[in-house]
Amino acid sequence: MSLPKPVMRGLLGKRLRFHLPIAFTLSIISAIAFKYAVTEPRKQAYADFYKQYDSVKEFNAMREAGIFESVRPSGE
Amino acid sequence: MLHLTAGRVGSRLASRAAAAFSVGSARMASTSHAVSDVVDMSKPQYWDRRDIPLPDRAFKESLTAADQSLKQKEKGPWGQLTKEEKIALYRMSFCQTYPEMNEPSAEWKTVMGGIFIFLGITGLVVLWQSIYVYPETPPTFDPELQAKQIKRMLDMRINPIEGFSAKWDYEKGQWK
Repeated sequence: MSLPKPVMRGLLGKRLRFHLPIAFTLSIISAIAFKYAVTEPRKQAYADFYKQYDSVKEFNAMREAGIFESVRPSGE
Repeated sequence: MLHLTAGRVGSRLASRAAAAFSVGSARMASTSHAVSDVVDMSKPQYWDRRDIPLPDRAFKESLTAADQSLKQKEKGPWGQLTKEEKIALYRMSFCQTYPEMNEPSAEWKTVMGGIFIFLGITGLVVLWQSIYVYPETPPTFDPELQAKQIKRMLDMRINPIEGFSAKWDYEKGQWK
């Protein structure tokens, strides 16, 4: 009935040495993934939208639909 | 569900409360009181707890003559103790070993059962409410008025880049 003495010291250090690099790597990877999966496409979508955007045309379309109170459709 | 009498519900609640109190990690094991439920909290107590490996007192306080002679033998070299004697000495000091303490119990079934019962009761209450308490739904929930609301949102160009109006094809007048 003589068991080997269990490890008594350095337990937190061992856990940190194992988990901290993994934690940092995963965090950085998730940040990079979010940047290239979400923010870059979103910036591109906005850029593409405003390249072909005619604000006067859009305004007139909205005016004809009758949503404004200051400018009624041109028929009235 | 409707056949459960109040008595059965009450006894279920009582058994669940008792289970919650007794299966936790703290277990009162007092061997030296005539009335089993009254514990003198001013004296050192024994518990089986995972986080307190050495409680305030040994498990068995009143030793028989055989136990006392074993305790005398414990004062000598331990190599002379047999395996059974060592185990007997352990059981004098402690009630349960760590593996015995850590044994899983069936408490989860009681907990899940209680959760589902109360979810069911809540569902019945909500059903009754929807019939007898809630007022009429407003006319704006009708399909024609909902279609008008959607048309107005499209006219206002709500979220035209990535959201609502971006999915509508304005030339063709239909969803993309």
